[in-house]
Amino acid sequence: MVVFSKNLIYSAMALLFTLMGVAGLYVFLWADFIAVTQILIYVGGILVLIIFGIMLTHRITNVRLSHSSIQQGVGGAIVLVIFLGLTSMILKAPWYRATAVEPQETVRQIGRLLMIDYLLPFEVASVLLLAALMGAALLSRKVD
Amino acid sequence: MVDLNSYLVIGALLFSLGLFGVITRRNGVAVLMGVELILNAANINFIAFARFGGMDFSGHVFALFVIVMAAAEAAVALAIILNIFNNLGTINIDEADQLKQ
Repeated sequence: MVVFSKNLIYSAMALLFTLMGVAGLYVFLWADFIAVTQILIYVGGILVLIIFGIMLTHRITNVRLSHSSIQQGVGGAIVLVIFLGLTSMILKAPWYRATAVEPQETVRQIGRLLMIDYLLPFEVASVLLLAALMGAALLSRKVD
Repeated sequence: MVDLNSYLVIGALLFSLGLFGVITRRNGVAVLMGVELILNAANINFIAFARFGGMDFSGHVFALFVIVMAAAEAAVALAIILNIFNNLGTINIDEADQLKQ
């Protein structure tokens, strides 16, 4: 639906439900904190940003909010080949299986890892967010 | 029985659909949606390996980093798309060929 719909707003709505479904999968995988973060950041932030982008890049008077695709045949064939290759690889590979027990508290573990083992990537991610913020503000500023 | 393979296949399906969107859509915002799908596929794989593959909470932390990357990327990409729209009057990415000879 996200990639096939003719109407861009329909695509955005389909993306909303896709992200909600992925959050549900995270809950099934014992990752409740990631599921909540997914809903907050993706559904609350990125999707609103995308809808803003749609609204700002189409004239309000232009009712035709549709858009077309190109070369669907070739692209579909290539993507189908990639998907079948990935699926056969997944089904054949001897994955390492660990016997895990359901964790009692995920947030505490994530916080400990984030502040001890992954402190440098954490700080780098914060600097990246700052740079992205400044870059986006600079790019979208009116030049006078 | 729902195990690792089914989650990995769902991730592969989501990745393929996102790639299809990236290579076939003409609208810049729609291409951005395809990129979001691809990042979500990667996240599903991380969390699935965290649950089944003994990756434990490192997978969760990496998924968080991927979400942060996605937020930054969406902000910058939408700013670029707005600039393209202001300069060219269209966001069809195959018409943004000013650098072509």
